[in-house]
Amino acid sequence: MSATRKDHIRNFSIIAHIDHGKSTLADRLIQLTGGLSAREMSEQVLDNMDIERERGITIKAQTVRLDYTAQDGETYQLNLIDTPGHVDFAYEVNRSLAACEGSLLVVDASQGVEAQTLANVYQAIDVDHEIVPVLNKVDLPAAEPERVKTQIEDVIGLDTQNSVDISAKTGLGIDDVLEAIVTQLPPPQGDTDAPLKAMLVDSWYDAYLGVVVLVRVIDGMLKKGMKIRMMSTGATHPVDQVGVFRPKRDTVSELGAGEIGYFTAAIKEVADTRVGDTVTEDKKPCAQALAGFKPSQPVVFCGLFPTDSSQFEDLREAMAKLRLNDASFDYEMETSAALGFGFRCGFLGLLHLEIIRERIEREFDIDLITTAPSVVYQLHMTDGEVEDLHNPADMPDIVKIDHIDEPWIRASILVPDDYMGAVLKLCEDRRGRQINLSYAGSRAMLEYELPLNEVVFDFYDRLKSVTRGYASFDYQMADYRTGDLVKMAILVNAEPVDALSTIVHRDNAEARGRAMCERLKDLIPRHLFKIPIQAALGGKVIARETIAALRKDVTAKCYGGDASRKRKLLDKQKAGKKKMRQFGKVDIPQDAFIQALKMDD
Amino acid sequence: MSPLRARANADVREPPLGVYIHWPFCTAICPYCDFNVHGAHKNTASQADWRRAYRAELTHAYGLIPGRKVETVFFGGGTPSLMPADLVAAILADIDALWGLAAQAEISLEANPVSAPRPHLQALRAAGVTRLSLGVQAFDDAALKALGRTHSAAEAQEAFLAAQDIFDTASFDLIYARPLSNPAQDFAAGLAAWQSELSAALALSPQHMSLYQLTIEPDTVFHSRAAQGRLAVPHEEMAATLYEVTQTLCHAAGLPAYEISNHAIAGHHCRHNRAIWHGGDYVGIGPGAHGRITIDGRKHASMAHKQPQLWLAACRENGHAWQSLTALSAQEAAEEAVMLGLRLTDGIGVAALAQRGVALDAQKLATLKQDGLLARRDDVVQATDKGRLLLDYIIGRLLV
Repeated sequence: MSATRKDHIRNFSIIAHIDHGKSTLADRLIQLTGGLSAREMSEQVLDNMDIERERGITIKAQTVRLDYTAQDGETYQLNLIDTPGHVDFAYEVNRSLAACEGSLLVVDASQGVEAQTLANVYQAIDVDHEIVPVLNKVDLPAAEPERVKTQIEDVIGLDTQNSVDISAKTGLGIDDVLEAIVTQLPPPQGDTDAPLKAMLVDSWYDAYLGVVVLVRVIDGMLKKGMKIRMMSTGATHPVDQVGVFRPKRDTVSELGAGEIGYFTAAIKEVADTRVGDTVTEDKKPCAQALAGFKPSQPVVFCGLFPTDSSQFEDLREAMAKLRLNDASFDYEMETSAALGFGFRCGFLGLLHLEIIRERIEREFDIDLITTAPSVVYQLHMTDGEVEDLHNPADMPDIVKIDHIDEPWIRASILVPDDYMGAVLKLCEDRRGRQINLSYAGSRAMLEYELPLNEVVFDFYDRLKSVTRGYASFDYQMADYRTGDLVKMAILVNAEPVDALSTIVHRDNAEARGRAMCERLKDLIPRHLFKIPIQAALGGKVIARETIAALRKDVTAKCYGGDASRKRKLLDKQKAGKKKMRQFGKVDIPQDAFIQALKMDD
Repeated sequence: MSPLRARANADVREPPLGVYIHWPFCTAICPYCDFNVHGAHKNTASQADWRRAYRAELTHAYGLIPGRKVETVFFGGGTPSLMPADLVAAILADIDALWGLAAQAEISLEANPVSAPRPHLQALRAAGVTRLSLGVQAFDDAALKALGRTHSAAEAQEAFLAAQDIFDTASFDLIYARPLSNPAQDFAAGLAAWQSELSAALALSPQHMSLYQLTIEPDTVFHSRAAQGRLAVPHEEMAATLYEVTQTLCHAAGLPAYEISNHAIAGHHCRHNRAIWHGGDYVGIGPGAHGRITIDGRKHASMAHKQPQLWLAACRENGHAWQSLTALSAQEAAEEAVMLGLRLTDGIGVAALAQRGVALDAQKLATLKQDGLLARRDDVVQATDKGRLLLDYIIGRLLV
């Protein structure tokens, strides 16, 4: 198959807030252009990972090529790059957008524009995308497409004259979307006869193919058998296979300028491929490399320890394997007095943390203890040195510290009027500083500066709960500022548990300590003896709870017929026991380390 | 139907065998009960159908575990006192024809006061029943109503007096730590009420009593009421105290506990259940019945279809309705032995367990001893008084 003429190619991505219907629309586009038979259509075909499907999110970029015969009678090659929607993966969004010329902006016709959508739309505008607004779920009774169009014009400044009303669920308007892609989005530029110049969009490890590299060809032609060169490293590889996803993998003989596809070239590790790198032909290289991307920076840190300490080596292997596919996740070995050997890991955000943790538990079958997430503090020592602190347990003697700086973020929150009071209170409670407050229709757009350590844990959950899910949130790192920060230790049965220690602002310490003690009281099972739980700053106890001793635990009725049932209970207890960790005489369930930090109000 | 086999010569070296017979019908389903029970009006099969089905399943079991003498039979349910006495007699005759019933066999049957008029009890005695276990549940009319029972305290007492006349052993069940009529009920008042109810019960001079603390089981009416906040049970401290006063009163009256919830005067323990707690073999017959039998030196678990109609049909077509017969691993068998054995005040014999391949963890034993929950006397490990209230905790510590 030869490369399609450039003016018959359209490369686009879909920008949408979670739940606004991006994956459903993608499914519809695939279905309508015949990419998969009805039998092969499982819901949300582009979300391959179990976690993606369960949570309704997209983590890795996915591409699919659709062949579409337009109303003008011509057949067009449409390349869709699906992008992650969550703020943690803003970086991946960026490179997906860079690989195409246009975007569909999908907005729920009853919910309207969300903060996260805004951030992604601005990224698309930054890379000069043509953008087609698509109003989804117009079939719902609560849909107000006209109001939402006004909002799109007011808030984003996009013309909605050519917008498309659809219902991805029922299939209404999907034809119009395809037609709009052809008529409204520009074809790619580029010179097929020039030396090969391709942008490395993403790469992942496949057990059968080795490293698969996703590229957008800018100029020239990528062919099987060609020896390519990675311009950043100079490494060369002979191309084994060139292909596209429809969404099933399909080999082609070549990819021409403007096309999106993959190649394999006996590359051993994902770490050998750099996202944003320029791929060229070894014997006929292009003159200039593409600008590339700046690498992503982990902002949230926590410790991951195997519950069963004999699984440490397995965990090390799992980490290495996951990193093969996810260069944004950092780890280094850590030892804890209480938890033994494990890893201190850096993540792009909390969702990223949860996903990695879940993948380790699911795909590698390793039970983990996760310690409290923390940000990176800058310790300014009395001797003038500046040290990074990734782990509250490593906090040096207080007398050696002159002051501590903590990272701040700039957050934008879009929220319906009715919930604004609750959001303002939440931000104020979390030491936020209001920068701006503006309105777009009945929605308020709040801009706040917040210390990251107040956000890193459960801010997003709290925000969702106080606004019944109507608020949307996005943030960018701002700067480091000095704060009155202290290390709060938690003592269980009079022994400090380092994995539960946190860095808190002095003003919040007491409330935080009380909340943690109360939660731990519910999380730690009763023992034969009373267990005091204390929160302390330095040597001073600021909160205390007591777990009463276990008094009665016996099955009243147990005859022959009950033996099997009892044995099953025992098996459950065994599974539960594996998730326990002993501290002195007290067993603490592993999820307590995370759960203890969640605050109800 | 094939003729019954000739009775095998009982091999005296084989340990005794128990037979459990399940009768799955009740006239009313109690709101706390999670057993395999069905409304009696749903029983459309004839007595002859039941008789054939029980005989078929007994014959099937015999084929798997011949050469053993049956020492005990237990008719449980459901409400087996709803069975016609001649069906009971026929089943006992089949058991005797297959394995042989020991001369001093214990034949227990569970009865509901509403289906235990004196002539029926006499007919059951004539059919061979030696031990009657009466589901009294409470000697308080308001409490009986709250438990969904359809008899009065006076009717229950009358039925029990009749059972005492007629059977070698008469026992009754009581449920205590019952739902609080008023959640704010005074601890002391609740305690006093139970003490006087139990004292009145003991004044009837029972030979045996089963005293159960109410457990809210999943899939029961009580469970859904509790989930909706419409039913409150005593808190743990009160439940523990209720258990302790129960032990004290029963001990003083000469009916010490021989198991967590079972009390008897000397010589009147339920031999059938006792053998099960000791890890003995028993054949489970009837809808939903479980059994444990040793085949080729390995403990096997059997389980029958629960639905009466399905069970009957399977017995008719396949000669039995056992859904599964699974060999237990050495560890599973060991866990059951410890789990059940520690319920008995007798405790468990460490050497006997070791002979079955079960080694108790010495370190764990030592810790539990130190905590005052287990005691060791020579070869025997027992739960202490304190330990019996925490037996599930002990079992968890010992086996997990």
